[in-house]
Amino acid sequence: MTARPHQVPLRRGPPAIRETPAELYERLVLGRYIIRRLLQAIPVLLGATLLIYAVVFALPGDPIASMYGEKRMDPDIIRIVREQYHLNDPFIVQYWHYISGVFQGDLGTTFAKVPVSEIIAGKFQVTLNLGLTALLMEAVIGVGLGFYAALRRGRAQDTMVLAATLLLISIPTLVTGFVLQLLLGVRLRQGTGIEIFPISGVSDGWRSYLLPAFVLAGTSIAYLTRLTRTSLAETLRADYIRTAVAKGMPRRRVVGRHALRNALIPLVTYLGADLGTLMGGAVITETIFNLPGIGQELFRSVYERQQPVVVGIVTLLVLVYILANLIVDLLYAVLDPRIRYE
Amino acid sequence: MSDPAVSGPAVRVGGGDGGSGTAPRGAAAPRARHARRAKSPGGSPARPSRGAPAGRPASLWSDAWHELRRRPLFVAAAVLIGVILLMAAVPQLFTSVDPYDAASCRLGDARQAPSAAHWFGTDNQGCDTLARTVYGTRNSLLVGLSTTAVTVLVGGLLGLVAGFRGGLPDALLSRVSEVFFAIPSVLGALLILAVFRTGTVWTVMLALAVLAWPMTFRIMRAAVIAARGQDYVVAARALGASGRRIMFRHILPNAVTSVIVVATVNLGVFIAAEAGLSFLGVGIQSPEISWGLMIADARPRFLEAASPLLFPAAFLSLTVLAFIMLGDAVRDALDPKLR
Repeated sequence: MTARPHQVPLRRGPPAIRETPAELYERLVLGRYIIRRLLQAIPVLLGATLLIYAVVFALPGDPIASMYGEKRMDPDIIRIVREQYHLNDPFIVQYWHYISGVFQGDLGTTFAKVPVSEIIAGKFQVTLNLGLTALLMEAVIGVGLGFYAALRRGRAQDTMVLAATLLLISIPTLVTGFVLQLLLGVRLRQGTGIEIFPISGVSDGWRSYLLPAFVLAGTSIAYLTRLTRTSLAETLRADYIRTAVAKGMPRRRVVGRHALRNALIPLVTYLGADLGTLMGGAVITETIFNLPGIGQELFRSVYERQQPVVVGIVTLLVLVYILANLIVDLLYAVLDPRIRYE
Repeated sequence: MSDPAVSGPAVRVGGGDGGSGTAPRGAAAPRARHARRAKSPGGSPARPSRGAPAGRPASLWSDAWHELRRRPLFVAAAVLIGVILLMAAVPQLFTSVDPYDAASCRLGDARQAPSAAHWFGTDNQGCDTLARTVYGTRNSLLVGLSTTAVTVLVGGLLGLVAGFRGGLPDALLSRVSEVFFAIPSVLGALLILAVFRTGTVWTVMLALAVLAWPMTFRIMRAAVIAARGQDYVVAARALGASGRRIMFRHILPNAVTSVIVVATVNLGVFIAAEAGLSFLGVGIQSPEISWGLMIADARPRFLEAASPLLFPAAFLSLTVLAFIMLGDAVRDALDPKLR
């Protein structure tokens, strides 16, 4: 954990109208922390894009040749186009052209002169919707089930939850995707005549995301359930819980207010790191359910050798990963006022 | 034994939980483990010498083995894995059809329901689904086992060095691992495989291992850093043991357990990943047989004939389940604290 104890208390409760010196100092410390974290992320971003750029550079085939298909082109035109896209420059110079554009908010253009941001935007939205829906399901089901199991530790319900998570972890997305598509999407509709879960495309609005998001979240739900169970059970053994029970506080309040909030920290960490994983791993789910997301786009771009699109997609995903982790670190202070930033 | 100073006195340093004075090599390490196990709250108490030959202190491994044999979860996983391994080694035992022989498929028999002649039915090409599913086990296991081996060796060794040496090597390796960690693994593997053009067991292994080693690295590094400060390491250092000796004799045996647990679970994850990549068309290529490839082949006619898709899917799930169950059981036996 990057947050460290610090003697100055972080502001809590409703925001004060006039800032005290301590609060001002506090705000500066938090600001400095965020800036430092963003600066630390730069080498990771540079390294990851360089790596992806190198892999894409090594892809077999020539992008200009694939652009004109079988047609024989005038060598002069080929030369001009190659120069325009810096294709004759050494690898590292090409990378420099690209990354300096990225830091100015420009993800480059494809070889057909379409801005990459334009191509990715719509696709990214689909994958983001899918990822966020999956994350929401994961949080609700995972925390709920884990909570249920932790309060019944060692009993039959607990064992059943554990067995269910074992199964859920073991069945790959590939399998749950097709099985649920067949059972809930097709057989259920044939049986009842109502289409509850659309099985293909995004034309049904938010309902289109329900089944794919559940499939995508499957493994994560199981992990989060186990994590919640362990974390809450651990917290319930703490001294302050015994004190709360001893002074006659109702069980509901002990669990809901004291235990849950303290047990949340590892769960928030897991959820934050998982958004990037879900979005990056969505390609199989997107293929099964025909969702036009970035996984599909990446797949296509690799075969068309659209380097800027491929690198752009991965860069965006790395950014999501970095930002989600930053948000998690900032949430720590909300959950546990003892955690300070320096 | 290049360093007799460590083995002799270390027996007395470790405190007396059973066992005699003639300690085997690296005796300090297993003792420290016992001490840790005995202290852990809620964990099963250490059983110092049961199962071990008289006169030798029980090692963590013989303890773990005793613990494991009593667990139904482990027994179920072991039986399942035994069958899977047998299927991968000698698929002929399970089916008389050779699916690599094109003559075994008859297009006229395409998409038959399961019957006495074809227990799992036939696929879109009229090939026997049972035979193909059984023969597909080998490629899945090869990818899973080889990727696990490479990530444990590479990630484990780098983690050991980074955690033990600290300073610049640690900082450098940690930054590099962060970069690899930030790349989404399925998309990254897809890209790497596109560079190779043709997917084989070995390119799939490479693509998965390149992106998966940071996980083993992190776990090993954290375990080594935790072990580095333990009393038995300080004792060994005070007795004049060399850095390499401390690293491999004292720290490694203690740090390796958490890596083994994660590696077992990851084996299942890699098998699932191979199926996913083959399904997407960048993994193992036809005419080789892979469960992911079978699922992709059966997909266009899935709604009319589900069995060519569901049987490889079931085998895939059972295999992953077996390794994850094994990982769970091994974790419980090796480190009660993680439970």
